[in-house]
Amino acid sequence: MPPNAVPDRIAMSASALPGNTLLRTSALARLRRGVTPLTFAALGVALIVALPLLSLAASLTQSGAGSLQHLSRTVLPAAVLNTFGLMLLVGAGTALVGVITAWLVTAFRFPGSRHLEWLLLLPMAMPAYIIGYVYTDALAFVGPVQSALRAWFGWSKADYWFPDIHNLGGVSLMLTLVLYPYVYMLARSAFIEQSACIMDASRTLGGSMSESFWRIALPLARPAIAAGVALALMEALADFGTVEYFGIHTFTTVIYRTWFGMGDRIAAAQLSIGLLCFVFLLVALERQARGSRRFARTSRRERNLGARPLGGVMAGAALAVCALPVLLGFAVPAFLLVRLHLSGGDPLFGTRFVHYAANSFVLAGLAAVIVVAAGALLAYALRVSVSPLTRLAVRFATLGYAIPGTVVAVGILLPLGLFDNALDRFMRNSFGVSTGLLFSGTLVALMFAYLVRFLAIATGGIEAGYARIGMNVDHAARTLGSTQGALAGRIHAPMLRRSLLTAGLVVFVDVMKELPATLIVRPFNFDTLAIRAYQLASDERLAQSSTAALAIVVIGILPVLLLTRAMRQARN
Amino acid sequence: MYTPTSRRQFLAASAGLTAALSAPAIVRAQAAQVLNLYSSRHYDTDEALYTNFTAATGIRVNRIEAGPDALIERMRAEGANSPADVFVSVDAGRIERARELGLLAPVNSEVLASRVPASLRDPNGYWFGFSSRARVIMYNKDKVSPAELSTYEDLAHPKWKGRLLTRSSTAIYNQSLTGSILAANGEAATEAWARGIVANMARPPRGGDTDQFRACAAGEGDLAIANTYYLGNAIRKPQPADAAVLEKIAVFFPNQAGRGTHINISGGGLCTSSKNPQAAVRFLEYLVSEPAQRFLADGNDEYPVVAGVAPPATIARFGSFKADQLNAGVFARNNAQALQIMDRVGWK
Repeated sequence: MPPNAVPDRIAMSASALPGNTLLRTSALARLRRGVTPLTFAALGVALIVALPLLSLAASLTQSGAGSLQHLSRTVLPAAVLNTFGLMLLVGAGTALVGVITAWLVTAFRFPGSRHLEWLLLLPMAMPAYIIGYVYTDALAFVGPVQSALRAWFGWSKADYWFPDIHNLGGVSLMLTLVLYPYVYMLARSAFIEQSACIMDASRTLGGSMSESFWRIALPLARPAIAAGVALALMEALADFGTVEYFGIHTFTTVIYRTWFGMGDRIAAAQLSIGLLCFVFLLVALERQARGSRRFARTSRRERNLGARPLGGVMAGAALAVCALPVLLGFAVPAFLLVRLHLSGGDPLFGTRFVHYAANSFVLAGLAAVIVVAAGALLAYALRVSVSPLTRLAVRFATLGYAIPGTVVAVGILLPLGLFDNALDRFMRNSFGVSTGLLFSGTLVALMFAYLVRFLAIATGGIEAGYARIGMNVDHAARTLGSTQGALAGRIHAPMLRRSLLTAGLVVFVDVMKELPATLIVRPFNFDTLAIRAYQLASDERLAQSSTAALAIVVIGILPVLLLTRAMRQARN
Repeated sequence: MYTPTSRRQFLAASAGLTAALSAPAIVRAQAAQVLNLYSSRHYDTDEALYTNFTAATGIRVNRIEAGPDALIERMRAEGANSPADVFVSVDAGRIERARELGLLAPVNSEVLASRVPASLRDPNGYWFGFSSRARVIMYNKDKVSPAELSTYEDLAHPKWKGRLLTRSSTAIYNQSLTGSILAANGEAATEAWARGIVANMARPPRGGDTDQFRACAAGEGDLAIANTYYLGNAIRKPQPADAAVLEKIAVFFPNQAGRGTHINISGGGLCTSSKNPQAAVRFLEYLVSEPAQRFLADGNDEYPVVAGVAPPATIARFGSFKADQLNAGVFARNNAQALQIMDRVGWK
């Protein structure tokens, strides 16, 4: 039986388990139906997180100011094509770079491979629009590269050809450079957690290293890779800053111009729902293609996947392949940022920055804990519940990641305002006390915003981790009388440690970079590094904004280093 | 260890911590002598502006700075309980939208009415402009003589084919400019004009205003449409490569023989939700005082609105000009139609 065809869970139904008492069987049946406090809690979380999306969905019942007809006749067709192109290129780009680099650093040893393991994560700390700005600045007609070429060779505008990055390919490259770490990280976790035994078996049966990769490692890592690519695509879809700066119309820029330029909020919300359907379809297609196959490992032997030393040309090639994304996605932009900073950095650089940094750090840390906790709850509910309602609710709740940030930020404001005002009315009518706005404009509101924005990251990552734990583990634990809580806490949590840490890291870094929701939901007088960088960049003061951008990168590196250490310890 | 118990404790602890952290914000917002400002200006010099206001009046200023559209949505969601006292936008279109949505209340102030020119404020006192920027033609002195330049309309002439640089139609400044041309010439002429602009572009629109005049200096095109303050910013804090740019670029104020050069405003108004309208009006009046006008103008190299206050040296060197007297509310209301025209002619 091929390893990716582990028996479907139908075949392991409760009645097929031998030697069970009636009590145990009914406990299992109850688990199957998912009617437990934990899944209720999950349903509750999903519902709360879905509120902003539901407030968007409410727009479907209204009719806008006729912008949709105008758009479909003018910019929308090109925007839809661009969006497809962007997804294709970013999807292929992140999958290729992420999977290849993850496999190389996991399965082989070559000069620098130990360092590349964490270096490959660094581009994640670069905000996409910042990398777009610095490359544009450096490669522009007036930038240092082309100016130097013209000065050396005495060329003028018509005398030479220079690659233009302001097209679909260019913007896809920018996004791929900062988004591939999502795939890399999840794929690497998957490769590491794959049992060495399977690989040994494959090799013993005469399979070459590349055959083992294609026939075993890659298919087994598929849920993780799919989750990573889905995250990258959702982020690419939601991107506004980079595509707008590059002059590429996508679904998201059309949503922005409909809302802000034409003042048609309803049409903008309807377009956002259209975007969501797009994502829903994508995720469903992948699941369909994956079918009923299961990807659990059968052995718990935690031995390193045999990392083979490489020598000579092969080592050089592996090093080059892995170093390139780090160079282009991190080293070069970081160098350009330092150069900009030195040419005229932020005038407020100093004690003020410590304050910005502390705010960013607190937000990111708190959000990482809360979002991962909620993500774990949902992933667990998905595992134990076969109720279609739970699955649908969780899928819906985690779509927030793909909606353009500003749109989802406004979606967050609405239910918060409704709740606060309703509570205030109730308290005034019943007790004569005004509560004002209880949550709006507080950190609680901000945490809610992050939960809506980033729950997909946590849930997706942890779900991918769960896929590698066979259901037989759950069945054994339950048969031995473990409660659902103990199953999650004592059995799953240690096995999922790496996935949980990874999810926490990504949420942390994403919150550090997050802009639209932080900007609009935050309390009074509360500035962060991302806000500082954005405000200066939006005034086209690129050099000044470089300082805050560098600070984001530096703080983003800290958790990357911590995570790498934690992962190493877990491995050894 | 990741047990459910510790997760619950963790969640409770985080919720507690979050509440503790946000409590001061709630208390602050409800204290008496504070003014809550929702502003889409975010220039460092504005801080000195607020500090001076506090020193003069004892009223502290709380700020939330974000994009004007997002701020409008926040005020709408917060409703009558919104803490917002004053809304400030860097574009006439947004402030007019705030008025249309009922978020602004009229202010009857002699000080504001006398110091802010009529074209730069709402006729009924819903909003007031505090500083302005002109959307001008910047040209490469080596390639273009100012004698060849005249009006915005002329930029659509085929003689500029392949020579014009401008940013995307997503930029509000291009929408406002098109809205003002719509007010002056009507829909058909504006559409023909926009078509001409697209035909004359030296490259597909991209980047910001600064990118346009930098490319113009480098010879990628001969003319750029840009706001004055971007060039002012570059003069105030030049990048190493900018020395050559500034040498080659000059400013031309179009339509001087006719209606004047298109200007847009940074402006503000009293919020309907304000619990503290006296303080809010004091703040608005403070913004048109001479020292405040200087801060506002210096902060982003803009033109002060009050007569007698000199613009910062960075933009004063472009010379004085006749500004289009069209009320900002008009081109603001034209915005959606202007954008549809730009969509139709393929202005990306």
